[in-house]
Amino acid sequence: MNVLAFPILTLLTVLPLIGAAIALFSGRHARVVALFTTLACLLLSLFVWTRIPADGSIGLVERAAWAPSLGIEYHLGVDGLGGLMLVLSAIVTLMAVDAAQHRVHHMPGLFFGLVLTLEAGLFGSFTALNFFHWFLFWELSLIPAFFLIKLWGGSKRGPAATQFFIYTMAGSVALLLSFLAIFYATTSKDAPGTMDFIQLTQMAASGQLAQMVTAHLGPVMPWLAVGVLAGFAVKVPLMPFHTWLPAAYAEAPSPVTMLLTGAMSKMGVYGLLRIAIPIFGPQISAMRTPLLFLAAATVVMGAWAAAAQTDLKRVLAYSSINHLGYCLLGIFALAVPAAGAAQQANQAAALNGVILQMFNHGLTAAALFWFISMIQFRSGGLRGINDFGGLRKPAPVFAGLMGIALFSSLGLPGLNGFVGEFLIFRGVFPLSWIAATVSVLGLLVTAVVILTVIQKVFSGPVPERWAAFPDLHHGERMALAPVIGLMFLLGLVPQLIVNTINPTVQYLLAHWRF
Amino acid sequence: MLIQNDLLLLNVKDLPIPPQAWIVRWLWLIPVLPALAAGVISLLKQRFRTVSSCLAIGSLSCSLLLSIAALSYVIDTRNLLLHFGFNPGFHDIVDFTWFRFGSSTVDLGWVLDPLAAIMLVMVSFVGLLIFIYSVGYMAHDENFTRFFCFMSLFAGAMLGVVISNSLLLLFMCWEIVGLTSYLLIGFWYQKPSAAAAAKKAFVTTRVGDIFFLLGIVWLFTQTGTLLFYNHGVGSLEGLALVNLLSQHAGLGLSAAGAIGLLIFAGAVGKSGQLPLHVWLPDAMEGPTPVSALIHAATMVAAGVFLVARVYPLMSIGAAPHGTTAALTVVTWVGASTAVFAALIAVAQNDIKRILAYSTISQLGYMMAGLGLGGVAVGMFHLITHAFFKALLFLGAGSVIHGCHEEQDIRRMGGLRADMPLTFITYAIGMLALCGFPIFFSGFWSKDGILEAAKHWDISQGPFYLLVFGALLTAFYMTRQVCYVFFGQWRGHEAAHESPKVMTLPLAILAFFAITLGVIGTPAWPWFHAFLENRTASFSWHGFAEPGLGLLMLMSSLVVFLGLGLGWRLYGDKSPKPEAPDALERSAPWLWAPLRDRLYVDEFYGVTVIAFYAWWARVADWLDRRIWGGIVAVVAWLFGLWAQLNRLLDIDWVDGGFDKTCEELSSGGGLLSRVEGGRVQNYLRILAAAVVALVAILLWSSRP
Repeated sequence: MNVLAFPILTLLTVLPLIGAAIALFSGRHARVVALFTTLACLLLSLFVWTRIPADGSIGLVERAAWAPSLGIEYHLGVDGLGGLMLVLSAIVTLMAVDAAQHRVHHMPGLFFGLVLTLEAGLFGSFTALNFFHWFLFWELSLIPAFFLIKLWGGSKRGPAATQFFIYTMAGSVALLLSFLAIFYATTSKDAPGTMDFIQLTQMAASGQLAQMVTAHLGPVMPWLAVGVLAGFAVKVPLMPFHTWLPAAYAEAPSPVTMLLTGAMSKMGVYGLLRIAIPIFGPQISAMRTPLLFLAAATVVMGAWAAAAQTDLKRVLAYSSINHLGYCLLGIFALAVPAAGAAQQANQAAALNGVILQMFNHGLTAAALFWFISMIQFRSGGLRGINDFGGLRKPAPVFAGLMGIALFSSLGLPGLNGFVGEFLIFRGVFPLSWIAATVSVLGLLVTAVVILTVIQKVFSGPVPERWAAFPDLHHGERMALAPVIGLMFLLGLVPQLIVNTINPTVQYLLAHWRF
Repeated sequence: MLIQNDLLLLNVKDLPIPPQAWIVRWLWLIPVLPALAAGVISLLKQRFRTVSSCLAIGSLSCSLLLSIAALSYVIDTRNLLLHFGFNPGFHDIVDFTWFRFGSSTVDLGWVLDPLAAIMLVMVSFVGLLIFIYSVGYMAHDENFTRFFCFMSLFAGAMLGVVISNSLLLLFMCWEIVGLTSYLLIGFWYQKPSAAAAAKKAFVTTRVGDIFFLLGIVWLFTQTGTLLFYNHGVGSLEGLALVNLLSQHAGLGLSAAGAIGLLIFAGAVGKSGQLPLHVWLPDAMEGPTPVSALIHAATMVAAGVFLVARVYPLMSIGAAPHGTTAALTVVTWVGASTAVFAALIAVAQNDIKRILAYSTISQLGYMMAGLGLGGVAVGMFHLITHAFFKALLFLGAGSVIHGCHEEQDIRRMGGLRADMPLTFITYAIGMLALCGFPIFFSGFWSKDGILEAAKHWDISQGPFYLLVFGALLTAFYMTRQVCYVFFGQWRGHEAAHESPKVMTLPLAILAFFAITLGVIGTPAWPWFHAFLENRTASFSWHGFAEPGLGLLMLMSSLVVFLGLGLGWRLYGDKSPKPEAPDALERSAPWLWAPLRDRLYVDEFYGVTVIAFYAWWARVADWLDRRIWGGIVAVVAWLFGLWAQLNRLLDIDWVDGGFDKTCEELSSGGGLLSRVEGGRVQNYLRILAAAVVALVAILLWSSRP
């Protein structure tokens, strides 16, 4: 149901592509073009956010037939979850373009063109409701990311980019095969098969989908679920399918890392919520215990591995794995069959927490990598945790703002990182107290890691060579102020987000069957 | 409580119910004003020193005035209700919804009850005195402005903990208190030891906090609300408590007990109880006003306050002369901490570290008081301790300032002549801490705890521990005072008295260290009655309680014994700084472990910290070698497969194809010779063909 008689979601997806085409030929002015485009996209996405249906269902729908005999349809729509992801992608891309000020020396036109294409891929995958269309954008975002790492990355960018691309592609292949099987199973002599997410959700809820699959292909439904999970397990990532991440995050130029951690990782979580859980609910519920174990391992081992790193970008990369582990924890914990009223309150808490955490982590992690890129620029390329010391003296404002972002990542109440984590634990504890109790260790270890970063980088005596470390100048302060302000705002007034996503959470939970 | 509230409502129905008092509606200003001041100060540049200190002191003064108004409101309302014969138990609350999830809500709010009112006045008053003192103490520091920003934020967050009606809001303010503690311990961040101490404080309290968080989500799940009081349906009110009591949580505990213990774990971290006490002595790296306010009077008391706040949860289910599992744990942890820390304090040489271990010990007393005798007993000691401990720390700060930043007591001495005001106020504080009989508040509060311990039916163990602790307290404080104020001056430059802006708060605190005892004597237990919703009248018969006189006599004797032993060993002597301590000479086997803090830090170093570092390496190794290795093996297998394919393609398929082509080519080469173009060959073949043709024709035409 589209309340606007205007294909706004299509416009939102196409706008960055137009910007990319212009940026490609703009040479030195590509960044300005990109800034304007991302700003326009941000305003548009905020507009979409205000137009999301209040009852939590999918709105702003656009449908058009594409290739009916293949089950391919141009079907877009957005609810609270998708809308929030659109806003996040727009914010993170704007931050990334802003951060790319000094980082891009050669081929700026190509760089910003690729960034904008990536943004289009993000927007497309967060609004698509048909598998083909969704998969198209899923892959579309991968290709610019590969080239961005390969052409502008650090010293080991070749292997990092290749591993990132191939590993994600392998997961995508499993996804594709599962959906082809679904398509085949849902084909009948009257009608071609379906790849529509809404329709498949309904069929899965009524049990019809499992019947059709078993009738056509035998007892392969659990394997199809595994295939779908594999695709998302690599993207989010879930341990142990995460080894591509530290290298990719470290070798990518920082603006690209901001995009990777801020938005692209959320594509995986979104996929779990939009595709895997609704369509394969009972199968995932059957695998709940091993999945919870892996999620808890992601939380705890991700945080602990961060403690052993010496490259600041790798520390934050593993910390990202830890934070996304909380999302996975919440998602797998709520896959309980036949939930009563009390369990439903727990599920609602967990799901709200997951969605909040997706946004808050995206914002905070992108900000942190922005700060790292500033450090790297000022230090002439150094970014080891032991390379610095006492930076708080020459650069107090920098230390203060980065400190705020670091404490938000730690989950300090009053900043945006706390509410999502609190809701996740509120939801997961009654659903699986063992997983919750193990995962609180992640909170402790993260605190140690982040405080160690602050201690080594900002405290202690100032070495001679950092005595003239430049503080943030006016332009950087202006750029960072809204981000830091948003961290405070969302920490104190989370209703701004929760009021819109809660109806969607209730709607989703009502339509999911485990 | 539920029944009593209902009774109240039933009878008051006919009376005109007044609108909620303005002080209750505006109670939120008390924490918000200092927090706002902190926000404003954070935007000011370093040179606006007067503005920032005025903002901080001004906002806290307003909070103090509002707190006094709140206390007088509570007292008046109580008196009114008592006059009409009603039970004056009440909690004036204001709740609001923060956000919804599913069909539930997360509510926050604030409450004004006797407990909150008392704490509000104490925190804001002591805080204000310390702020004023800091103007003098931090005058030469270049980060003066930032100091007041952090202190103001701390004051706001601490006051928020006090008035919070929601366990979640309490936790949020609690964490912010921890943040400001971190920022203030590490205030002189260029000192590596200060930065390390700040991190240690935050991490150690976080260990407690993760259990606290589990308790919070458990309580939330079980009762559906985190509000303490909510017209009967709060988590500390009748229905919820009965519900929690009936749920079993394993290990013989009810859900109430398990949640209570989890919440207590948070208090253990924040209040420096065994085994999470290790951060408090290191926290002395911060400036002395910080040690006074945060690590003596208020923040560390937040743990005790928390246990007092959730006391209904921890005490539900107790038999008439018994106690609950949760309170038993609280008592034993408190009593053992009291003795453990007092032992270590005996052998320390840094003036602030002695006081730090003393604080840990006294917090143990408070916890034990809560477990043994209830909220009033523990809280009375908290309030008296806040005043005399802050006095002692500020006095120590005055001494350090006067001795030109010297902190080792072996290099001080004879200061009662050079710093008379400091000496007198410090002596008052020291006697209050020791519990010198009658005239000092510490005697009455500590005796309350000892009395409760004597009457504890479970065990007399805590009683003997606490009495031993009192002996040690008197001993180590005498030792400290003798080293610092008696004997000869052993320092380098001459010492001088501190300015009025520092000695005036000392005098005010000394006054209260003496007079606060009056409100908690057995003759007039006003404080206990106030917190326990009873009336209290002045009567000498209060002293006639059986065993009380004997107990007071005994505890006085213990104090005198400690003072005497201390004087005997350290008296008016003046040992050289390098000479071994008097106790060290007589019992070196005892001295070394005590001086080395009973090796707790070392123990943690080889267990917890070593495990942390090792497991981090394991996690990294797993990533690089195992998971990364598997990916590398798969990639290598793919490479192998690619090589095999190349072999197939180039050597076999391609090769076979090439061979065939060669054959064809050579065949073609052979054939091409036929079409060679050389006429002699053609003639040769023509001739041969003619011969063959003639031969065939002759053969076929034979008759």
